[in-house]
Amino acid sequence: MIELIKICKSFKGQKVLDNLDLKIEPEKITVIIGGSGGGKSVLLKHIIGLIKPDSGQVLVNGTDTAKLNDKELNEVRKMFGMLFQDAALFDSMTVGENVAFPLKEHTKLSKKEIDEIVEEKLLQVDLKNVTHKMPSELSGGMRKRVGLARAIALNPKIVLFDEPTTGLDPIMCEGIDNLVINTQRHTKATFVVISHDIRSTFKIAHKVAMLYEGKIIKIGTPEEIRLSDNPVVKRFISRETEKACQT
Amino acid sequence: MVRLLELAGRPFLIAVEESGRIILLLISTITWMLRPPFRFRLIFKQMEFVGVNSIFVVLITGTFTGMVFALQSYYGFKMFGGESLVGATVALGVTRELGPVFTALMVTGRVGSAMTAELGTMKVTEQIDALHSMSVNPIHYLVMPRIVAAILMLPVLTIVSDFVGILGGYFVGVELMKINSGIFMAKIVEFVDLEDIFNGLIKAACFGLILSLIGCYKGLRTTGGAEGVGKATTQSVVLSSVTIFISDYFLTSFMF
Repeated sequence: MIELIKICKSFKGQKVLDNLDLKIEPEKITVIIGGSGGGKSVLLKHIIGLIKPDSGQVLVNGTDTAKLNDKELNEVRKMFGMLFQDAALFDSMTVGENVAFPLKEHTKLSKKEIDEIVEEKLLQVDLKNVTHKMPSELSGGMRKRVGLARAIALNPKIVLFDEPTTGLDPIMCEGIDNLVINTQRHTKATFVVISHDIRSTFKIAHKVAMLYEGKIIKIGTPEEIRLSDNPVVKRFISRETEKACQT
Repeated sequence: MVRLLELAGRPFLIAVEESGRIILLLISTITWMLRPPFRFRLIFKQMEFVGVNSIFVVLITGTFTGMVFALQSYYGFKMFGGESLVGATVALGVTRELGPVFTALMVTGRVGSAMTAELGTMKVTEQIDALHSMSVNPIHYLVMPRIVAAILMLPVLTIVSDFVGILGGYFVGVELMKINSGIFMAKIVEFVDLEDIFNGLIKAACFGLILSLIGCYKGLRTTGGAEGVGKATTQSVVLSSVTIFISDYFLTSFMF
């Protein structure tokens, strides 16, 4: 269970998160939507402890990660996997080495066992015969798939996604959406996805939370969000849907 | 007046702040050095990059430094008939100063800049955050091996530079300027102590620490995409070079 309580965060005097409260249900896909530059990525980085709040609590299974030291935080982070916006693959390593990285760092498995898990995880994200390729040889969609394979390599309980469909064409987006749904079904992990892609959000989400001016202004099922009376939510959905229709 | 003082004091405050952050990075690196896993594979990989791959450039600069130093000393000493001291002057100059300093400057240009560019690119493409997210500390995984490798390899490169520098000086002095080979070598043995060479190597290790620490620090502090990486790399080379010269003075006054 992840819970953010009264989180405040400012950068150079500019308030990005303002007394934000959010509860994320376990074993479900929660999508956080909001405008560009609205603090969605900052919020996600608070959950995994990459950014510490100015005030407030980030509770992961009851532990306030904002108060942990580096060593304790590293232990908590072993529960997490994260897919970054541009996948953040290590460009000096092959695809196989990227996926194997968390396994080599945190397990005592033999090389053979690691290789088997790498193959399995790559197959899980629909990738074959890419183990020896360098990240620079892959398309944007393939890079994200490798990023996801790396994120789930240690079978984490919580997986975070920072705009998984940004910069991809509609067909590729659909592929990633299906991948997110199938992976969550398969792993039963808690997925937290940051997105401004409304079509994708309604397809994958169990719960949707709308971030606006540093606060969660609405949280509910996709249907509840679609039928929301909140003018900001309505405006955001209609504009994004319009944009999606144009593409 | 107050505003003027504020403006004048601002760069000083920034310098103090940066120095503090660099020292904190050093302390953190030392702490991580003592914690397992010791990452020998990464250290050896960096030793190859810092040391083995820099040999060629060090050979060239070391040789020509010794040669030009011998040439200038010869012209100077010839004015009062002291040509016999050329060998000792070259050997002392090279082992105490020119070897460590020029090697450090060449490695700063080749390796320090690469460290900043590599870590800077990793920072702006979120690869550093990815390491954090996988419970791997970037100082342990990226900074520590680079700093250890630079501290270990700079003295080795300096020995090579000292050797070829003296060899270059010998070639110019004995072969070109016709100084007696026996006298050339005898004066080196007479004036150069093992301590001179040893202190030069300690200096080299300090320069290795400086250039790798600054290189990594600037890389980890990079912001703003490709432009930011370029800017950080330039700052890293300039700051490392200046710090090497300044610290050289203090190390010399302390050692000799």
